[in-house]
Amino acid sequence: MGAQLRIYRRRMRSVKATKKITKAMELISASRIVKAQQRVAASTPYANELTRAVSAVATYSSTNHPLTTASERPIRAAILIISADRGMAGAYSNNAIKEGEQLAALLRERGLEVKPYLVGRKAVGYYKFRDRQIAGQWTGFSDNPTYENAKEVADALIKAFIADAQTDAAGVDEIHIVFTEFKSMLIQNAMAKRMLPLEVVESDAPAPAGLLPMYEFEPNAGVVLDALLPRYIEARVFNAMLQSAASEHAARRRAMKSATDNADDLIKSLTRLANAARQAEITQEISEIVGGADALASASAGSE
Amino acid sequence: MTLKVELVSPTQRVWSGEATSVSARTVEGDIGVLTDHSPLFGVLVDGQVVIHGTNGDATEFKVSGGFLSVANNRVSILTESVN
Repeated sequence: MGAQLRIYRRRMRSVKATKKITKAMELISASRIVKAQQRVAASTPYANELTRAVSAVATYSSTNHPLTTASERPIRAAILIISADRGMAGAYSNNAIKEGEQLAALLRERGLEVKPYLVGRKAVGYYKFRDRQIAGQWTGFSDNPTYENAKEVADALIKAFIADAQTDAAGVDEIHIVFTEFKSMLIQNAMAKRMLPLEVVESDAPAPAGLLPMYEFEPNAGVVLDALLPRYIEARVFNAMLQSAASEHAARRRAMKSATDNADDLIKSLTRLANAARQAEITQEISEIVGGADALASASAGSE
Repeated sequence: MTLKVELVSPTQRVWSGEATSVSARTVEGDIGVLTDHSPLFGVLVDGQVVIHGTNGDATEFKVSGGFLSVANNRVSILTESVN
């Protein structure tokens, strides 16, 4: 076998091995998207009910709760960025991180100091590499977040929010969240939303029909808000994490699908090249034999 | 007239359907909800929630904290965990 042919064959073998891996990853992600979507759907009733409740309390009570009133002189803002733990998902993590950068720039323009809270190894790596300060980080559950994970993150955020930003360096006046919205198998958007102080308008939940009922609060509106808002933030964070997880799987499936397609193309063109090399080798061998025979024939003809 | 009841946790809808009455324990004490109850929003403590279905049987849930909201014959019980 000629050297050229051997090189082509070797490259084909390596591309084929890579294709097997990407194909497997594509299939795994495809099956996980469905599961992740189901989890998003399963968490929706709770989130919707909570949103309704928070809207009702915020609308009908005149309580001045720290979680609903904006600070007059905000100093610091927290950004929660939800990214992936693993790569191989195309631009998924990058998009979320970029969206976070834009939001941070916007906040800085308003004169706020930005405190990043990061979920997922990719975002942590990005910030560490640039030697930036990280206010909080959580890794290891980006593709399958549980409510406990969300609770942990939300607790840290609420704690920072409740701390007085004017006197405490760990306190923040605003909390923003950057996550990847799962619209469909094909469309996922990185987006930034303000969580606190509350803007009680949920875009993805259908607005409750008609007027909200005049609730009687037990024991009173203040206590209800106290209990309700942390749960509301937890549910929002949880929902964002679940949507991001579904988006991550979808992005990974798409990236791996195009990798598999590329491997197919590569194998095809390498096969062509290998065939051409083999043919050239045969042609060369034939012309060498013919040439040799000719030389022998003319040599023996000359001696007679 | 029946109550439309939903018991939901962050990860799933635990129970939903029609019921004649619901009882739960709020921070102020036990409360029972029948049809045409006035709109109410209460904070629940750890304890039992009993839903009396329209078919006569009662279903019991142990919840750890949560909320009870009643309006227009719709009862939603939100809780962090159920067992």
